[in-house]
Order: sequence, then C-alpha cells, then structure tokens
Amino acid sequence: MSMNKLKGIIYNCRQATFLIEKKQLGSLTLREKLELRIHLTGCSVCRVFQRQSILINRLVRGLFHIPPAAGAKLDPTFSNKLQARIDEELKKNKDFL
Amino acid sequence: MQPSQISNRVDPHGWVKNYADILYSYAVTRISDEEQARDLVQETFLAALERVDKFEGRSSEGTWLMAILKNKVIDVYRRNAAGLRKRTETLKAEEEQQDFFDHLDGHWNAAYRPGELGVDQQDPLVQKELGRVLQACLGKLPALWLSVFTMKHVDDDPSEIICRELKLTPSNFWVIIHRAKLNLRACLQKNWLHEYE
Repeated sequence: MSMNKLKGIIYNCRQATFLIEKKQLGSLTLREKLELRIHLTGCSVCRVFQRQSILINRLVRGLFHIPPAAGAKLDPTFSNKLQARIDEELKKNKDFL
Repeated sequence: MQPSQISNRVDPHGWVKNYADILYSYAVTRISDEEQARDLVQETFLAALERVDKFEGRSSEGTWLMAILKNKVIDVYRRNAAGLRKRTETLKAEEEQQDFFDHLDGHWNAAYRPGELGVDQQDPLVQKELGRVLQACLGKLPALWLSVFTMKHVDDDPSEIICRELKLTPSNFWVIIHRAKLNLRACLQKNWLHEYE
C-alpha cells in the first residue's frame, strides 16, 4: 500500500464513515479493515459516529420488528368485506374447491 | 393427515383471520400510508387466489403470502423513487450533506461533527425516546434512501437483490447506504439535543 493512499484514509473522515457502514454489513476487505482501524485509533469523532451508527441500526430494527400482538390492526369492517370478497372469488372458481 | 401437511395447505377461507393483520402491520410500517397499505393487503390476497394452484407447499401459507406482499411493497418503493419531485428531494438531501465534510481533506466540518448524545444508550426508556425521534428522521429521508436502508437493515435482503429490484449499481447502493446513515445520525443528534437540552 502506498504511503499516500494510507495517508488519505488516515485523515479522511468521509471515507472512514463509509467504511464504518460497510463494516456493519460485513463487506470490508482486509485492507479496508486495516485502514479503518488506523483511522479510528486516531479519530475520536469517528468513534462516536460508529457507536451511534450501530445504535441507529438497532433502534430502526426495533421500530420495524413489532410483535404481532402490538402491530397495527386492520379495521374490522374492511377485514370482513375482504374475506367476503375472497369467498366470493372462491365460489366463482369451483376448480379450486 | 400429517401435521406437516396441514401447515402447508392453503385455506383461503381463513386468510383474513389468520394473516390480514400481520400483512397489514408489515405494509404500514414500510410505506407509512394506511390506505395504500390496506390496498396492498387486498391485492396480495387476490393475487394469491389467482396463483393458488401454483402453491407447492414448500413454504408455509403465511410465508408465501408475505412473499407476495413484499414484492408489492417493492413495486411501491420503485414507483416512489421515480418521479421528478422525488429526484429533486434526493438532490436536496445530497447537497445538504456536502457541508458535512471538508471538501479538500474529508475532515468533519465543525458544525456537523458527531457529538455525544449525553444519555445512557443502554437505558430502555432512553432508547424508546430515541426511537421516537429517529422515526421522525426516517420520515424525512428521500424515498429511495429509505427503501434501500430498510430493505438492507430491517429485512436483511441481500445487496444484489436490492440492486436488481431498485435498479442500482453496487457503488450506487453503497453510496446510498452511507448517505442515509449520515443523514439519519445528523437528524437524530440535532433533534435530540434540541428537544432535551
């Protein structure tokens, strides 16, 4: 690795935050891992970024993975109409039954 | 009949009772439009009815219905990402981010530097509040960024699939993953400190 390239990442927070995102999705090459480790050793701001980035991933999962009992419910009137419509379609298609 | 066969049968008479709420809850968290989410649930059942003879019982009925719904949600993602207004929205978000880092050396610019939130991130109550602020931030993301972010981070879809479905190159994909996070984190910090200081 050339000294210039290495220097580029050691001091480049934009690139380091890009690698932090890649890392969490498991896609860093060995070289990128090394570059990122060197950057983080010397950059406390990007260490804060990394911690918060991981927290955000966890929080977002929590927002979307709602247990069925606590999830949104359809309006019962809509549900009943929907089942009636399905039953109607089934009657039309006798092959199915 | 063996129990395994029972679970792999299709019974449309029980669909609404057994799956409608689960499907609706999935749809509404992903597209944030109750009416559209409801329509997608209906379309899912009707599409499933048409294909019911092709159901081979390799997965459970519920998994099969969910897969049909998921494809419909992705269609919505694709439609939302198109359109001139949406592209303008993305451009604007990209522009805002140009100030995050120094153009020459890539250092954080002082005004955008990540700082501590000043709370115990492990505390469940704090996490709940942070989640609320984050939810609002998700709502402000450009549509395409939000789709890519949730497909990857919430649904664990393989990157190749996301690229194919949303017509992205791998490098586009990584740029969006990065930008979405920069944006969310900045929004979280700004609004958190604004509300709680």
